[in-house]
Amino acid sequence: MAETKADAAPGEGRAARLGAWIDARFPASSMWQEHMSGYMAPKNFNFWYYFGSIALFVLALQIVTGIFLTMSYKPSATEAFGSVEYIMRDVEWGWLIRYLHSTGASAFFIVIYLHMFRALLYGSHRNPRELVWIFGVLIYLALMAEAFFGYLLPWGNMSYWGAQVIVSLFGTFPLIGDSLVEWIRGDYFISDITLNRFFALHVVALPLVLIFLVVAHLLALHEVGSNNPDGIEIKKNKGPDGRPLDGVAMHPYYTVKDIYGLSVFLVLFAGAVFFAPEMGGLFLEAPNFEPANPLLTPEHIAPVWYFTPYYAILRAVPAFLNTQVWGVLALFAAVLLLFFIPWLDRSPVRSIRYRGPIYKTALMIFAANFIMLGYCGLKPAVPPFTKMSVVGTIIYFAFFLLMPWYSRIDKVKPEPARVTQ
Amino acid sequence: MTETIDKGRRQLLTAATTLTGAVGVAFAAVPFLASWKPSARAKALGAPVEIDISKLEPGAMLKIEWRGKPVLVVRRTTEMIGRIGAHDDLLADPQSNASRQPEYARNPERAIRPEYLVMLGVCTHLGCLPQNRFEPGASADGVLTATWPGGFFCPCHGSKFDLAGRVFAGVPAPTNLEIPPYSFAGDTHVVIGLDPAKEA
Repeated sequence: MAETKADAAPGEGRAARLGAWIDARFPASSMWQEHMSGYMAPKNFNFWYYFGSIALFVLALQIVTGIFLTMSYKPSATEAFGSVEYIMRDVEWGWLIRYLHSTGASAFFIVIYLHMFRALLYGSHRNPRELVWIFGVLIYLALMAEAFFGYLLPWGNMSYWGAQVIVSLFGTFPLIGDSLVEWIRGDYFISDITLNRFFALHVVALPLVLIFLVVAHLLALHEVGSNNPDGIEIKKNKGPDGRPLDGVAMHPYYTVKDIYGLSVFLVLFAGAVFFAPEMGGLFLEAPNFEPANPLLTPEHIAPVWYFTPYYAILRAVPAFLNTQVWGVLALFAAVLLLFFIPWLDRSPVRSIRYRGPIYKTALMIFAANFIMLGYCGLKPAVPPFTKMSVVGTIIYFAFFLLMPWYSRIDKVKPEPARVTQ
Repeated sequence: MTETIDKGRRQLLTAATTLTGAVGVAFAAVPFLASWKPSARAKALGAPVEIDISKLEPGAMLKIEWRGKPVLVVRRTTEMIGRIGAHDDLLADPQSNASRQPEYARNPERAIRPEYLVMLGVCTHLGCLPQNRFEPGASADGVLTATWPGGFFCPCHGSKFDLAGRVFAGVPAPTNLEIPPYSFAGDTHVVIGLDPAKEA
């Protein structure tokens, strides 16, 4: 009898019982509690802490727009270029979905670069967050691969020659180079076969890898807890309830803050999508409005802007001993060095707020130098850009390789016991 | 009966099982990795191509496609052939020792018959298509100087090659332009991708 009455009770009781029914079978409430309502984040997050959640949003945007693009796109050499034009002209709202996806790719890198710069500012990669950082760099690598494979898909002439240049990099390895390149392409040149496999990697393989890595990144973060602009551990000062005194719950405090940040981002993003989707040739390059032509190299091949710093490094290293492999090795080394920052940095403090003038100067030079390298990578390999690329490459490597020394001898200020406002 | 755990035995069995599994995974990976190699159809489409050179004027260049790569056929004049030998000291690999060509094309003209240069139009730096700049001397766009003996210029990263596709020193490209296997079918046709028949 009582059971029947409870069943008939309206509203809340029924929802609560449904919740209990689910919780007995799936850890919905405890997961929500662990990662949102009960996850204590430092209360002093500032502007730089928006970009993680924005990156998550852009990932979701890329997946959703990507799914809808695959519904009209044809991954074959004869049809790919036409199908993208078909999406742009004939599919209802196709232009919007495509521009959201192409602009989203650039936005993803802008957000990720700012997110990584935040880590360098506040020492977010330092012990005990090395794995958070390593998963993050792996995400960055997967994202570069994802962007590279995706750029071939419109089968424009820059798609084609960009892929040609990048795939050729693997041909510089001694002995295995030629067969390696043939294996990657699946043909004697970038062909329909290559396009088809890049499509598979772009829409299935790498998105799965990315999602897995993002989950690992967040699990590792929530295991150790977030860093903050002061670079001190909030777990050291806990209240009687066992919660950090300087922590606030992720939800609702930071979910609301992040939604605000996201809305500002969306205003800027919509501005780019609607008014400058090509961004003057930076997001979509002019030669890509012509179909791929294996017999016609564009006058000047430059990768999309987010790869250009590394492209400049590649070009800065000259060929010697009859091989071009050194530039390729420098390119890979430039990216792989990122993994080692947590151990290269020997400063007793994490945050830039308490670091001395050496690290502050080094980081600012590094950031400016990275932008300068990116600019050189967009330009043809002529003076003065050739010389600037060489200088920029040396500065890039010096920032990492000298870090164990300059970060240790730098004068530091004492860290506060509690976070500051 | 007492329950004791033989840890050594357990470790050995775990290691043996893991190893067996790893070997199985390695064998299972082979078909997937091998599926990325050029397919039978791709190999068939990469077969030799025969081209007609009877209409090619002296000093002119023909561009055809073989295996998706541009193949350049240049009919060099006697004057152009004469310009090849004069600048060996400016070249990175004048004898083509580190470069790729069939043995029968490893000579200063890098050709079976000096009159015809058959060469891949693929820059050895990063695979761009070099432009033909056969006129000697400085160019209007300033990329070539007065010492330029005529040859090929890569617009991507500025590599320079002479009229035999030999690379100049100090440019990004490390080696001379590649010569594909080719042979003549009579005086009017060239077969790209097919070595000349061995003479008995």
